[in-house]
Amino acid sequence: MSIDSAGTVVTQFFTFAEEEPFGLESGESLGPVTLAYETYGTLNSDRSNGILVCHALSGSAHAAGWLDGDSDKPGWWEDCIGPGKAFDTDRFFVLCSNVIGSCYGSTGPASIDPKTGKPYGLNFPVVTVGDMVRAQVRLLNHLGIDRLLCVAGGSMGGMQVLEWAAHHPARTRAAIPIATTAHHSPMLIAFSEVGRQAIYADPAWHQGAYYDQTQKPDAGLALARMIGHITYLSEESMQLKFGRRLQGIEKYGYEFETEFEVESYLKYNGLKFTRRFDANSYLYVTKAMDYFDLKQPTGSLAATFAGAADLKFLVISFTSDWLYPSYHSKQLVSALTAANIDVTYLDVKSSWGHDAFLLEVETMTHLLGSFLERLVREEQIAVPAPLGASQRGSSTTLQSTRLADNLA
Amino acid sequence: MKLPPPSPPTAPLRPDLSAIADLVEAGWRVLDLGCGDGALLEFLRDHKAVRGRGIELSEKGMLACVHRGLSVRQGNLQEGLADYPDQSFDAVILSQTLPFLDDPAMVLNEMLRVGRTAIVSFSNWGHWRCRLELLFTGRIPIAVDLPQQWHESPRRQLFSVTDFARFCRQIDIRIDRQIYMNHGIRIRTGRFKNLLSTTAVFTLHRGN
Repeated sequence: MSIDSAGTVVTQFFTFAEEEPFGLESGESLGPVTLAYETYGTLNSDRSNGILVCHALSGSAHAAGWLDGDSDKPGWWEDCIGPGKAFDTDRFFVLCSNVIGSCYGSTGPASIDPKTGKPYGLNFPVVTVGDMVRAQVRLLNHLGIDRLLCVAGGSMGGMQVLEWAAHHPARTRAAIPIATTAHHSPMLIAFSEVGRQAIYADPAWHQGAYYDQTQKPDAGLALARMIGHITYLSEESMQLKFGRRLQGIEKYGYEFETEFEVESYLKYNGLKFTRRFDANSYLYVTKAMDYFDLKQPTGSLAATFAGAADLKFLVISFTSDWLYPSYHSKQLVSALTAANIDVTYLDVKSSWGHDAFLLEVETMTHLLGSFLERLVREEQIAVPAPLGASQRGSSTTLQSTRLADNLA
Repeated sequence: MKLPPPSPPTAPLRPDLSAIADLVEAGWRVLDLGCGDGALLEFLRDHKAVRGRGIELSEKGMLACVHRGLSVRQGNLQEGLADYPDQSFDAVILSQTLPFLDDPAMVLNEMLRVGRTAIVSFSNWGHWRCRLELLFTGRIPIAVDLPQQWHESPRRQLFSVTDFARFCRQIDIRIDRQIYMNHGIRIRTGRFKNLLSTTAVFTLHRGN
């Protein structure tokens, strides 16, 4: 186990709305609601060093460390969360929770509906990014954190960040939306819909009531994921990653088998996804993203963020991201500037498309680390000074430092 | 994976930036256009309690600014300035950038829309060495404080202190405080500002 990992972690669960149901934006309600979450690092005495990281479409609460001590299950943002990393768990209390509607332990369509004793399926109410965030607010209340140091996340995680800033600005000091948009575009809705249609078209889907069937709508879900993967890459990254290389064969077979590496990659990832994700959750979470539009109700983004004047923003986009193109972030930055909000913005040069937010580790570490350092200084947050690399030389040193922290 | 090393102990500011810093008052809200690696904004924050913002085009400059803990946006001056509300800064700074602008009148007017004061520094092609260079060698002079050949990019337009003063009158901008420098040293020029200075630093206000 690497010494710069958050180590062995466990997923925890918080259940609320057991008596009074949780009201949703749609007018429907849900209850009880369970949130799966993980935490890394230690909350300081005035509870001011909390960082909430928000996951993307298919993510989970498992953002860092090894689940059950299994090194095959690193967190989805392992590169940026851990001792000495951008989100330094020696200094900050990092928190990640699975969104409602998903399938990694939080209440979603695969959960048991208490009214019927069977999985919700399509009886699960449609949720929004706003609902996901209001559920996270309940978790923060439960953990006794009045105000976070920052909320950070990419893609759909970035939408949650913007939702926090726009509608719960008193609960955080800073916001880090990455490779995202304040306003889900028609192109994004189109890709969502094609993915959903792939699932609807699978005869094993059974209008969402497939949980007691032996065959699941895996073909539809895999196809939806393959489409998704294309949108996460870029033309350039596909050239770099696959080119026109063939997979396991010397020359064309002139047949409809998997021949090109890129085909094999998509097929493999589509199949892999069916082993970990629920098709109905894919429908619900993509729908939540489609409804996301912070320009409403006034039509002005600047008006939406009027209450966030005390927040500091770090907005990051990537030059080759065509799913969430840089101009979406630039529009956000313009609106924040017009509202007199402190915003730092960089369009990072990268070939990796939308995936860049997880791959450009060096630049991200620099940006996130420096921005957090500034927050610690300007917001006067009591955290331990960063440990130098030399102090982190061996696991023994680290262990004893940790022990000392625990004793103190 | 590891964070970059902490920045070295503060190096002395470039002479024109140091002159600009002297024209900024403590506690001001300042916008630095094309703020480069953020050296001036960091100095103003640490020594004058200035609340600073920057606009910078290069990723290298941006990363250096973020590392210094500054609030900086990536973008060009034109799109950057347009977003700011009227009179949202005490001063808007433009250092050694005027010769590179496509539309200096637009930028100066925008600076005075967004800020109460504009502060500019620029190289002076009216300096006697430039005049002699053209006269005796027949070559277009290289500004003393901007050693760049005519063919190098970004391309720039030559002008002198006198040109700039006339231009400000034309677009109804008043020049107030004036600092003249020769090879980085502040000088008293008397009547021979244009002849003796290699760089000028001015504060500008709306005329009337």
